[in-house]
Parts: sequence; structure tokens; C-alpha cells
Amino acid sequence: MSKTVLFELGLEELPARFIDDAEMQLVKNTEAWLKEQRIPYQSVKSYATPRRLAIQIFGVENKQPDVEEEAKGPAKKIALNDEGEWSKAAIGFSKGQGKNVEDIYFKEIKGTEYVHVKKFIKGKLTSELLQDFKDVLVGLNFPKNMRWGDFNLRYVRPIRWIIALYEDEVIPFQIENVKTNNETYGHRFLGGKTTIAEAASYESVLKAEYVLADKSERKTEIEKQLKQMEEDKDWTILIDEDLLNEVTHLVEYPTVFSGAFSEDFLEVPDEVLITSMKEHQRYFPVQSNDGKLLPYFVAVRNGNAQHIEKVSKGNEKVLKARLADAQFFYQEDQKGSIDEKLQKLNRMVYQVELGTLADKVDRVKTITAHICNELDSQSDLKKKAIRTAEISKFDLVTHMVDEFTELQGVMGEKYAKLFGEDEEVATAINEHYMPRQANGQLPQTEIGSIVSIADKLDTIIGSIAIGNMPTGSQDPYGLRRQSLGILQILKTQNWQIQVESLLNSVIDLYVERDLLTKDKDELVKEVHEFFRTRASFLFKDEGIAPDIVKAVLSNGIQQYSITLKKAELLSEKRNDSNFKPVHEALGRVLNLAKKTEEDTITTDLFQNSSEANLFKTYEKIHELYIRDLKSGNLEKALEQLGELTQPIHSFFDQTMVMAEDQKVRANRLALLKNIAHDILQFADLNEVEWKQQY
Amino acid sequence: MNIQDMILTLQKHWSNQGCLLMQAYDVEKGAGTMSPMTLLRSLGPEPWNVAYVEPSRRPADGRYGQNPNRLYQHHQFQVIMKPSPDNIQELYLDSLKALGIDPDQHDIRFVEDNWENPTLGAAGLGWEVWLDGMEITQFTYFQQIGGLEARPVSAEITYGLERLASYIQDKENVFELEWTNGVTVGDIFTQPEYEHSVYTFEESDDEMLFDLFTTYEKEAKRIMEKGLVFPAYDYVLKCSHTFNLLDAKGIISVTERTGYIGRVRNLARSIAKTYVEERERLGFPMLNKEDASHE
Repeated sequence: MSKTVLFELGLEELPARFIDDAEMQLVKNTEAWLKEQRIPYQSVKSYATPRRLAIQIFGVENKQPDVEEEAKGPAKKIALNDEGEWSKAAIGFSKGQGKNVEDIYFKEIKGTEYVHVKKFIKGKLTSELLQDFKDVLVGLNFPKNMRWGDFNLRYVRPIRWIIALYEDEVIPFQIENVKTNNETYGHRFLGGKTTIAEAASYESVLKAEYVLADKSERKTEIEKQLKQMEEDKDWTILIDEDLLNEVTHLVEYPTVFSGAFSEDFLEVPDEVLITSMKEHQRYFPVQSNDGKLLPYFVAVRNGNAQHIEKVSKGNEKVLKARLADAQFFYQEDQKGSIDEKLQKLNRMVYQVELGTLADKVDRVKTITAHICNELDSQSDLKKKAIRTAEISKFDLVTHMVDEFTELQGVMGEKYAKLFGEDEEVATAINEHYMPRQANGQLPQTEIGSIVSIADKLDTIIGSIAIGNMPTGSQDPYGLRRQSLGILQILKTQNWQIQVESLLNSVIDLYVERDLLTKDKDELVKEVHEFFRTRASFLFKDEGIAPDIVKAVLSNGIQQYSITLKKAELLSEKRNDSNFKPVHEALGRVLNLAKKTEEDTITTDLFQNSSEANLFKTYEKIHELYIRDLKSGNLEKALEQLGELTQPIHSFFDQTMVMAEDQKVRANRLALLKNIAHDILQFADLNEVEWKQQY
Repeated sequence: MNIQDMILTLQKHWSNQGCLLMQAYDVEKGAGTMSPMTLLRSLGPEPWNVAYVEPSRRPADGRYGQNPNRLYQHHQFQVIMKPSPDNIQELYLDSLKALGIDPDQHDIRFVEDNWENPTLGAAGLGWEVWLDGMEITQFTYFQQIGGLEARPVSAEITYGLERLASYIQDKENVFELEWTNGVTVGDIFTQPEYEHSVYTFEESDDEMLFDLFTTYEKEAKRIMEKGLVFPAYDYVLKCSHTFNLLDAKGIISVTERTGYIGRVRNLARSIAKTYVEERERLGFPMLNKEDASHE
């Protein structure tokens, strides 16, 4: 008859942020362990609260299945001596397998006969195997471990009790000084020490002790109570999924309650009030049904509804002190002027090697001006963009941002308006931090986009310049996210900006300011490669095949949107049989052109008409081609290259490129080099796998 | 319950758990952790159980006695138990009950908070304890002190006395808290709060403070080389406080700040190392005592 197994690890309060992953590991590792131990079972169910991790295994058979295995021994000629008697080797082998020589039979493997015995392995009793489950418990991984008392084990928090039950029997093992038992502890204050008589009764026994051990049940319960409160009070509670999960992980027995704060605090911006409630106190903010923030909050108690007014009053008092601080900061921050605050940036170090925040702001200003020039921005827009860059970081010295770092930019916008800055400038201050997370919202305005790019370029190139290139999972300054952000903005704004020349201009600025600690050429290479890798990710996200990504990025990102369009065009062309002679001709040119660096053509050295004709056609299309390419008229540009197809084929038919005469040969290669140069400005077509060939 | 009774209650409670009752240490410091009764004694293998009140100076928090929540100097009640006992959380919760806080009528949580003091090369894992949403205690298992692995591990419990009192006495202004019947915190501390704030933010002599820092640092190094751990540590505390005064006045730039913290940390590290060496040379006397008492 199948049985139920239960393991529960009683811990001092687990960090909420570790619980989901720990529970997932517990399930995965349990299943893997059962498989490895060959213990038949039906299903597992996991539990997780701040004070416990537990797993129930249902339908566990009482032993491993028996198995019959074939064991291979020595070769026949070694197993039998000349007289046909069993050798020592054969006797030893059969004994070693727990068998006699009579059990031996021969079986041929690759032409040689070997000794074999059939071995019967009796399945072990589950009860004997379960003690080793200790390894699964101890083997859970946590991002941060600790030691306690005088023990050796490093674990997430101290282990205080362990339940290990096989139906109703305790499975004996020990972790440090804690022995397994069938006793658990209920809710820290409402429950008590209690016995789990049978593994299957775990959940219900704990429920009676005010513990909802099942995480999803707790979450559902909280959601239900929140909904009830919304109905009762006619509120809209701002339920953030992350906060809801965190709160679920902070309680064993949830009771939702509400509290109020003084209406006076509503003068403080909503973002500040919400951050204060959510981040500091884990409260849910409350809105009226028409979307106005109300002076109430909703929280979840770890306990029942008894004396809930007292709990609510206590929480109100704490929130009041916090909001009073926020209000004080808000009023203080409005004193003085933006210029006074900017002065303080002179004292704030950005990166020791890269100077103060004021130095950074000054660089961002220069880069902003450069981008505006590239874009031929109107003088009014340029003026506003530069003003945005100039004051983009002033809010970092405010009390509010010092207290709530996540409000940088948000407060910048609010305060800028209060100090009478232009509306567009104020908006752009907030936008220049966007996107704030991977695939987050992009700046909506042109000014915000420009300054966002300028700020990110400075951060990325500055970091790489001082040797902080992200490696593996290490990207503390979020450089990858920021470079993706730049490319996404460029795409959305559809600007005619050459990415590499933009990068070079920032690197030049660093050279000018004497901030390089490494070789400039090396930095250029690193930075270009860094951005090219990001671009190739984005292209692949757009559904572009890897070979085409490689082909179009072979010459750098160039103008992002145009390069993306090239990739799309090539994706079409590679299935188009009309394009076959074109890519064949161009591909041959690319291959041969690799043989030279020389590109000076002397027409006098042409020996036949096919050379002259190819040159003539090249001269005819060259400028048109470049013009089409620059303006993004890609279909047209490819057509120009197509004009070369016939002349190229004739050229190869009638001309021996690798001629005896060195001058003639060099001249022919130079001609091909010039054409190849043009082709490569489109893409390295030899990287493309041409489907129509197959 | 007034603050004086809170202190007496906590002393009684932890004394019953075998803690030595010590007095505040007589050199300025920013937190109870910095007392040698914690910082040095939590190093090495010798058991150590202690409780004391520590007046803690945070010059940057000075508000001229005008802010209802912030003080230049507040009081911490500090407990160290090494090695951390298995029931340390229960002992702590019992102390709250002794203070008249009935857990059944409140919401008490242990919320993850990992403590780190780079100046002392110290770090630990634990929680801040919330009482109805208010942080009343820092609860830490020391993992590293002065750059050395803490072994056995000490449990450190730090109660913020004024915070806790404001809850127990239901007052919103720290200066209205009763120290004892008829005498408030304001009666005792308004003048020093005001004067220390004036001194810290306006009147302190920058030149002298910079000189003092260098002098203290030099002296700490000199006597440490002679193996005089405790006097050397006193000078480290003086460095730390002098630095805090300069920092509060805002005359140390961020870069310099890193430099100063690094200098204090280097001192703290070598003192930690020397302390353990000196105790070892003495044969870890408290270790033998523990063995004897267990027999």
C-alpha cells in the first residue's frame, strides 16, 4: 500500500525574496532525488512560509522495484583454463556478483565471448532510503548564506526544527544539532507546538495553528480580503503584483486592514506618497474610483483580526512620521534655486577616474549639442536640449532623491516645474532616465530622446574607458540595458545618425578631456564591438536570421534603421531566384578583392574591353549607389549593384585576374577592390546563405 | 513605562539569561556595536554574553532639538550573545513581553535586513524587527568583524530605546518621552542637542578636527605596534567620531570620504587581528572559564 512522506524544515524568518526560488528548487530536487533513488511515487506538493519549507510526497511505494541486471565478466579464454576448468578470474567474478560459477553463461560481444551472470537486485525498502533526503534539504541553494552558533553549516537562516515522516513514523537523521521529529510550530503568536501524527494531515493541522502553509492559498486569501475591502469602502486599491507576492511571503496567516493619514500630506506628489507606502512599509495605496489618491492605506497583518485597531493605529503612527519627513523634504527642496543645487554636484564624485557629477553633466551637455548638430535641430530645440542636459542631475542633491533613489528624474521633473523651468525641459529630465528597465518605456519627446542617448553614451563609454566592461552576468552599471536603450530610441525616432561616428565623437571627447587610461584604438574597437553585439540581439529579436545579421553588421551598425531595412531586404532577396546571378557575381568580386589592399586604378593598364567596360559601369553607378544607400533607398541601391552583374561575368570570362605582369594584376585587383568596397557598404554578401542555391 | 523602567526591565531580563551587565563605554561612538564590549569581544572563540545601554552619537542627525524624530545622540540597548543560543528569537520576544508589549495585540515581524559597517570591516545577516510597521530592533548574526570571520557567531540585538519608548508611551515627539516620572527627555537633552548641533554644523574648528584625525590615527598605529589593543582601539573610535563631525559639516568630498573610511577600516582590521592574537597568547582565558562552568 502506498504511503505519504513529509519533510518540513523549520527556519528562522526566511528573506521574502528567496522563498519562491527555494520552493521551486525543493520540488525539482525532490523529484530528481526520487528518480535517482528509484522510489515509485505519484505526486509531490510543496509549502513555503517565512518560517518553513515543506514537501509532501504522495503515493510512495514501500520499496524500490526489484531489477534483473546482466553483469559482464572476463573473456571466455581467460575464464576457462586449458583443461576447460573455471579459472580464478571466473570464480572471483561470480563471487563478486554474489553468484556461483554454475550461473555463468557466455555471450558474444564484437566477436569475443565473455562470461556473464544474471544478477537479481532486490529493491531496497523506502524506509531505509529516506534518511538520505537530508542531502536534498541541505543542498538547497540561496543567494546569501550564514552561519550561527558554533556550527559549520552555512544556510539561509538557522534551522530550528525538522519534520521527517514516513506516514506516521519519524525518519531519523540530524542536521547540525537538530534531530528529526514529528513536532512542528504553528503561527509564532497565535499557534503553538503541535504534533503531525500523519504525514498527510500536515496542511490541516497547521491551519488549525494559524498557518496557511500553501503559498497560493495565502495569496488568494489576501486577494479575496482586498477585494472585499474595495467593495466595503468603495475604494480602488493599487495592487502591485510584486508587492502582493512579497506580502504573501511575509505572513503565515494574513489579515487585511486599513489605516488613514492626514489629508495635509496630499500636497506631496503622489509618486512620493506611493513610494513611501510601498517601498518602506509594504502598504497598498488607495485611490478613489476616479483615480485620485486618497489619504488611506491598506496593509496585511501576520495574524488574525483580534486587536486589529491597535495594529492599524500603530501603523498609522509610523506612516505619519515617514510622510512628515517626506513633506519636510519636499518643502526644503523647494528652497534655494536649481543653480545652487547644481553647485553641489561639484562635490559629488561620479567615478573617481571620471570626476564629479558636475564633470559628467558637462560631458553630457557637449554630447547633447553634438547630437543636435548631427540632427540639424532647430535652435530652439537645441537650446532646450542643452538646458535639459545641464540640469538633468540637479535633483540628485535633493533630500527627496537622497531618501527615495528610485524617484530620480521623477522629482527632477516636479521640482523643475516648480522652479519655473520650461515644461518640455522638465518632462525631458524625467525622460532622460528612460528606458528604466529592459524593454521599459522609451522617451516620448525628441528632447528627452536626445538627452537620454547623450547621458547613456557617456555612462557606457566612460565605464568601458576605465575598464568596467560587463562580463558574464556582471553588469553592475546596467551598460547592456543602456546600450539597448540607445539603439531602441534611435530606431523609434528614426534618426539619420551613424552609430559608429556618434560613438567616435564621444571617445574623442574623452581623449580631449584626457580621461583615457587605455589605448584609444583599443577602446574604439571594444565600444564598437559592444554596440554591435547589442544590435545583433535586437535584429534577432526582429526575426532576422543570424547569417543576415552578421552580413549587414559586418561593417558596423551605421544608421540603425537603414541597416535593419537592409537585413529585411536581404531576407527577401535570398529566396528570389532572379537575384542569384547578382549575388554570384558580387560574391566573386568580394572573394578576389580580399587578395589586395591596393585600390588605385590606372586605366592605361587595362588590357581588354571587359576591364574597361566594368570600370565604366562602376563609375556610372558608384555615386548613384552611394546616394541611394545614404538616403535609405535600398531597393534602388541593390539595383545599381545589379547593373554590375553582366560586366562582372564578362570580366571573369575574358580576363585572367592573376596575370603574369604584376602591374596588370595589381590594377585588376584594385578595380575589384573598389567595387568590393561599395558592396561591403551594403553588406558582406558572402556571409549570407543563399537559399535559392539549394 | 518610562525609559528608566525600560532599561531596568531589559537589564533584568538579559541578566537572567546570563548576560554581564556592563555600562556605557566612555569614548564617543556612533553605535553600540562600536563599543569594545561588542566589537572586540565578539572576535575569537571565547564565549561572551553582555548587555548595556550605549549613548550613540550621530552628528549628522543633529537637528538643534527641533525635529520630533531625530537626535544628535540617542540611546541603544545592546545585547551580545556568543555563541548565539538556539532560542535567541524567543528570548528576544520574551523581552518585548517584559516591556508590556503583548505580541497577540500587535503585528511583529522579522524583516530581512543585512547589516554592514564598512568602516569596521563588519557584516552580518538578520532582520529589522517591525512592531506594527515600526522598526524597533536590529537583530544580526555577525558573520565578519574587522575583516575576520566571526566564529563562533554572535547574535547582536540592538533596541532603539527612544523609538521603542515612543511606541510604549504613545508619544509623537521624542522630547516628550518620560525618562522617569516627571522628567522628560526634553528636560535632560534639549540643551545638549541644541548646543551639539550648533557646534557640529557651525562652530567646530575644521582645521583642528582634520589635525585631530591625523593625530589619533598616528597614535593608534603607534601603540598597536606595541600590542596595546584596547588603547589603540580607543583612538580608532576617536578617529571615527572626528570623521563623523567633519562629514556632518559637509566638508569632506565623496572621494575623500572613501579615503577616510578606508583609513579607519585598515586600523580596525589590524586591531581585530592583534586582539585575537593577544587573547590567544593569554590562552583565551574566558574559554577555560566556560568549560569549568559546564562541568
